[in-house]
Amino acid sequence: MSDIILSVKDLQVNYGGIEAVKGISFDVPAGDIVTLIGANGAGKSTTLKAIAGLVKPRSGSIEFEGANITGKDSSDIVARGVTLVPEGRRVFANMTVLENIKIGAYLRKDSLDEDIAWVYDLFPRLKERAWQLAGTLSGGEQQMLAVARALMSRPKVLMMDEPSLGLAPLVVKGIFDIIREINKQGVTVLLIEQNANMALKTADYAYVLETGRIGLSGTGAELLTNEDVKKAYLGS
Amino acid sequence: MHTATYYIDLLLSGITVGSLYALIAIGYTMVYGILRLINFAHGDIFMMAGFFMVYASASMPMAVSIPVVLVMTVLLGVLIERAAYKPLRSAPRMSVMISAIGVSYLLQNLATYITGGLARPYPEIALLKKTLAVGSLNVKVITIVTPLLTILLVVALVLFINHTKTGMAMRAVSKDFDTARLMGIKVNNVISATFVIGSFLAGVGSILYFSNYGQVSPMIGAMPGLKAFVAAVFGGIGSIPGAVLGAYIIGVCESLIKANDTIAIFSNAFTFALLILVLLFKPNGMFGEKLTEKV
Repeated sequence: MSDIILSVKDLQVNYGGIEAVKGISFDVPAGDIVTLIGANGAGKSTTLKAIAGLVKPRSGSIEFEGANITGKDSSDIVARGVTLVPEGRRVFANMTVLENIKIGAYLRKDSLDEDIAWVYDLFPRLKERAWQLAGTLSGGEQQMLAVARALMSRPKVLMMDEPSLGLAPLVVKGIFDIIREINKQGVTVLLIEQNANMALKTADYAYVLETGRIGLSGTGAELLTNEDVKKAYLGS
Repeated sequence: MHTATYYIDLLLSGITVGSLYALIAIGYTMVYGILRLINFAHGDIFMMAGFFMVYASASMPMAVSIPVVLVMTVLLGVLIERAAYKPLRSAPRMSVMISAIGVSYLLQNLATYITGGLARPYPEIALLKKTLAVGSLNVKVITIVTPLLTILLVVALVLFINHTKTGMAMRAVSKDFDTARLMGIKVNNVISATFVIGSFLAGVGSILYFSNYGQVSPMIGAMPGLKAFVAAVFGGIGSIPGAVLGAYIIGVCESLIKANDTIAIFSNAFTFALLILVLLFKPNGMFGEKLTEKV
């Protein structure tokens, strides 16, 4: 068992006037891919937003590398090494691909050349389109750009909110290959997905979120064969 | 029959007026681009800058007064944002708009209270008052300085927005607050920077405008403010090149209309009729962003 890099305890978050997350606890071991699966409205996105500092939790704690980061400013959280790839890509459509990549490194003051070469290596398509406006990219390319942009902050934990949303199956497969590749290179991944099948196949460990609470948990392989999970999330 | 000189003169005066509208319009368009707020107090910041100069020049030499006025104007703009708009960041847009109208009246009444409501003579800046003879044309230095300085500032601003990290952050924030936050951008600092730039340009505009006009009064910000606002809408609110071009078109048209005695009284009507036409037929203006950008 490796060290716990990110630990969430009794997290409660109100979002849009409702109690979206009702006291959940989970751990993310360093170097792993951990996934939270669950239906729409289960509180997955809100959990990630709370970790990233976009919404303030009502109670509970979030610890990163042993330090309490609950309710800290999002720029502080990015600087520590926790970065969120938001749902729906949210690339800056009015900027070029290269500018989008560079803005991911907004807080860094060192040279970016090496990292730009690294993300171009991961996503050769982005290199070809460096001078294009990000709004002109296809959905899959925008997802690649959103991941590349997040990697530019040199995250220790990369959080991804529904990376497969709205993408063709072949593109989804490509995205998950990249997630595994990034993870192999040493980045811990916290992934939330409605595509439970893909997520469980990729993850080392998984938690099932049901209306704001953690239900089951186990390794990806365990949950893939669990009868309840099969019925509720895998459609078989 | 008028001579060519007459028309060149008209054109120059139109360009001068257009430059002043442009300097004010940039403040409207940038704040709108980032906060989706029409800062109704912007014309009154311009007016306050005029009074700052009246009081500063009474006790300081002009070379000191000018930077003091610019700094005070910038501080006023940032203070207004912090006190009246920032607390309403997550409130509906209408609330912020009403707050802006409130600030506008507050500044007008504050100026009326302090000055007793009377117009005050604006100090003369010796250099700007000089006249140059260019061929058969007698041109005031201010007529030449105003467009040159405006173009210089606009070019500097565009370079700043397109090629610096802060400029990039401004473009990001204008698109998407939350995603900008995820990049580590401090959104409130970017908003403050926007008010710094807008107020600074309004301060420069006020020095040039009032030097030409000769006096300042508490309600004087309203009309140039409105004209600049029309320029910003005409150009496509949120777009800096649009606001500048819109301002020059309005400035030159007004100047030409004013020169013709039969239609001179309609020069303001022209500008506001233009506003109505733009809103009816091309609400995004000349360079406004299209609303269908999401993939």
